[in-house]
Amino acid sequence: MIKNEIILVLLADDDKDDCADFIEAFESLKIKTVVTTVKNGIDLMKYLTDPSVQIPHLLFLDLNMPKKSGLDCLVEIKQIEKLKDMTVVIYSTSSAEKDMEDTFLKGANVYLKKPAHLTVLKKLLSHILTINWQYHTAALNRDNFLLRL
Amino acid sequence: MIYYLKYDVQAICKRLIQEQLNNTGVNYCLLNANEVDINQSLPKDFFNNLNSVLTTLGIEMVSTQKSILVLKIKEAVVDLVKVEDKAILSKTSHYLAKRLNHSYRYLSGVFSQETYTTIENYIILQRVERAKEMISTDELTFTEIAWKLNYSSVGHFSMQFKNTTGFTPTFFKKLIMQRRANAVLSALK
Repeated sequence: MIKNEIILVLLADDDKDDCADFIEAFESLKIKTVVTTVKNGIDLMKYLTDPSVQIPHLLFLDLNMPKKSGLDCLVEIKQIEKLKDMTVVIYSTSSAEKDMEDTFLKGANVYLKKPAHLTVLKKLLSHILTINWQYHTAALNRDNFLLRL
Repeated sequence: MIYYLKYDVQAICKRLIQEQLNNTGVNYCLLNANEVDINQSLPKDFFNNLNSVLTTLGIEMVSTQKSILVLKIKEAVVDLVKVEDKAILSKTSHYLAKRLNHSYRYLSGVFSQETYTTIENYIILQRVERAKEMISTDELTFTEIAWKLNYSSVGHFSMQFKNTTGFTPTFFKKLIMQRRANAVLSALK
């Protein structure tokens, strides 16, 4: 049950303020999480392909990162067998329809437009974690796990 | 030619569990796809071993009363969503209370405590999931889906779908179809 379970979250973002917002929001939730952060796409792929690392339940991926963009990482992640069941949440400050559609077609599960207020972010993260948990436990079809917030 | 697979999850699980339990040689009785009565107390190591084998298959053995109740509520909700009898659907709390033999107040309390979500939200989620399945098999129109899931109108269905997933049913269908086409293309490469 979710009560005793700890959710592993990986956060890929180069912006310190954004990271701090996410971490604060996660810490405030009733659902227990352990958040690890990486600063760019190259570090992210290094982390995920390291055999000694436990694969996170959820990856929060910033669309705009230096060196390697979130979209490029997503495409790479989807080609790696052992990462197939990891939930990928793409977030961005843009709400461009084209970006959103593109991320879903490339295999993202959730597209989150990062809200300006922390309280809204907390609510959205809690929503994402609960729904993700249902997919994790209730034998729902993951191919249909698409969510836009 | 691409074939879409429909599963009878219950039948598959029953089969799997029987296979695994037969291997262990314990005395058991399968009450239904979700409940096993084991007529002997299992040594801890044995239980842990069995559980870890089952976990690799995506099955978890649960034995605390509240967790069991939550699973039963979830199971009831899944059945509820499949029912097309409008009389039952309009009184879900009565249905759950009667089926599980507890007051709805108690059920919803335990459910929220254990899962951090509410029964109401869970019902909506399951309804929308079922709608997604129906959309992706591409056999029914949105009006038919709305009717089957007991929405008062296709407008109400579209609205709840949009509120839950962020997409209109039409856009969701487009995404799913395109994702499937992409998957086929990359498999052929």
